[in-house]
Amino acid sequence: MTKQKATKRAHAKSYWKDNIKYVLILLSIWFLVSFGASIIFKDALNEIRFGGFKLGFWFAQQGSMYVFVILIFVYVRLMNKLDKKYGYDK
Amino acid sequence: MISSMAEPIGVQNWTYILVGLTFALYIGIAIWSRAGSTEEFYVAGGGVSPWANGMATAADWMSAASFISMAGIISFAGYDGAVYLMGWTGGYVLLALLLAPYLRKFGKFTVPDFIGDRYYSKTARIVAVFCALLVSFTYVAGQMRGVGIVFSRFLEVDINTGVIIGMLIVLFYAVLGGMKGITYTQVAQYCVLIFAFMVPAIFISIQMTGQAIPQLGFGSELNDGSGIYLLDKLDGLSTQLGFAEYTEGSKSSIDIFAITLALMVGTAGLPHVIVRFFTVKKVKDARKSAGIALLLIVLLYSTAPAVAVFARTNMIETVSDKPYNSVPDWFKKWETTGLISFTDKNGDGTIQYLADSNKNELTIDRDIMVLANPEIAKLPNWVIALVAAGGLAAALSTAAGLLLVISSSVSHDLIKKIMNPGISEKGELVAARLSAVGAVCVAGYFGINPPGFVAAVVALAFGLAAASFFPAIILGIFYKRMNKEGAIAGMLVGIICMLLYMIKYKLGWFDEVLPDKSEWWFGISPEGFGSVAMILNFIVSITVMMFTASPPEDVQDIVENIRIPSGAGESTH
Repeated sequence: MTKQKATKRAHAKSYWKDNIKYVLILLSIWFLVSFGASIIFKDALNEIRFGGFKLGFWFAQQGSMYVFVILIFVYVRLMNKLDKKYGYDK
Repeated sequence: MISSMAEPIGVQNWTYILVGLTFALYIGIAIWSRAGSTEEFYVAGGGVSPWANGMATAADWMSAASFISMAGIISFAGYDGAVYLMGWTGGYVLLALLLAPYLRKFGKFTVPDFIGDRYYSKTARIVAVFCALLVSFTYVAGQMRGVGIVFSRFLEVDINTGVIIGMLIVLFYAVLGGMKGITYTQVAQYCVLIFAFMVPAIFISIQMTGQAIPQLGFGSELNDGSGIYLLDKLDGLSTQLGFAEYTEGSKSSIDIFAITLALMVGTAGLPHVIVRFFTVKKVKDARKSAGIALLLIVLLYSTAPAVAVFARTNMIETVSDKPYNSVPDWFKKWETTGLISFTDKNGDGTIQYLADSNKNELTIDRDIMVLANPEIAKLPNWVIALVAAGGLAAALSTAAGLLLVISSSVSHDLIKKIMNPGISEKGELVAARLSAVGAVCVAGYFGINPPGFVAAVVALAFGLAAASFFPAIILGIFYKRMNKEGAIAGMLVGIICMLLYMIKYKLGWFDEVLPDKSEWWFGISPEGFGSVAMILNFIVSITVMMFTASPPEDVQDIVENIRIPSGAGESTH
């Protein structure tokens, strides 16, 4: 393997590592709001109310969906920045 | 009110006008955007903008079931309805973060294309084609039926005539336009369906709570000056009639968990959703359009639970413990369709609506919650007609997307890649159009003669997708060492387990009677079993891989290449 090719590979590898880090963080949030707040901890959260909503119920039927949308747009922004940093945006 | 002042145009005429206008629009778009090459036919030329693709994906995704049935299902299931809300939206996070960008970079036409190339094997491709056809056919039959039902209820034609009209329309723009025609009609269909869903929801929200945003309305106080929160009132009404508290639900937590996961993963593994991301120009656009698609889907999905609460409260208030001869007109009208039925068991002339099936006198089809909602809330005629146009837009857009997957699986994956690789571009395009015609006919046949198990199986299409495609694609991208032996074994084990569990516990073909819930593995319903089958797929894939050879060098290079976003060319054969 030529030296140039090796640096290119290392470059791609480090990009991939950063990407995986973002994915893992965002998917943990995805899991926490949907399976956590809306299912596992639903009963505990239902003790808290705002307006007519019990919090656990609200997460299950509203909140988690809003968080999903935000997660994707955060990922889009993070990746656009990352692509630029590594010169993959052309 | 304007509608009751002079009654210039009745519901029926409004329906003809609105449905006619929208159909003319779809056909006009189809003629304008005919496909001239296989690339245009399969992936709309690969140059669709993120916004157009987002709208098309949203319309493709939201079927007759989302539009007509979902709010009704939630209004009867209460909290448990969250499985559909989270399951059918959470999958987009997986799509955007784990699948769409890489499949776009890979740059092929179909999902079996990816499986076949990544796993360097004809067998893998054939298994994938089989899974894609199984998933898409079960799904599309339900859509054609949906088209027929909407036609028959709103235009008073026979269900079968409705199915045939729907077939002709879809045939016209799917065969002529391919993915290009479908994409731009879906953009129009999204606009129609979201408008048709939101208008009645906003009207009713204002009526009941004085709050114009339905998402806030169902958490507000009632408009009647009582100072009671709507949800508290509904919880009270539900327990009074013997149902579970609306905000609590009745399914076990483990089953809720499993169903939600199966629906999420299944969504991310459905071929007709995945191919939409082959149509954008760049990897960057694939991520962005997944976000836009979800935003547009959530607009409807976050409104549905509000509609569910409004409709259920309205319904109980209007009919429960009321004398039968004083019910409003809509009740009588829907009674003739068989969607509402009343049997006066105790002969007292009033309607008892109770959880106890021995004493309950009223049966209500869940679809009525959306279809009759505008009438129950006494909204103007044009709003009622709008619901028909919206329901048709939802059913047609999904049917068209599925038909394209079926036709491209046949013409591209089977004919071009397996049976006759020497076929010319022109020949392949003809084959694609012919298979679209064939697929429409098969779908129409099942729409007219629905086998009893279709309704049961549509819900399980997600389980099948979760058990087969999702692990194979994820491992193909994130695990360079994954080889063909592992992937094929995993897909086969996953889909066979899912089919067997479904046949045993959903269809009951193995036993004299359908086995009881208590026999479910880990208490997981057939709808949720896709999660278990998916995990099995992962385990089998990785185990088999450890005892077999690594994939060849050039395949590992492909994997490294798809992980980098730059240089995504046009989709190629």
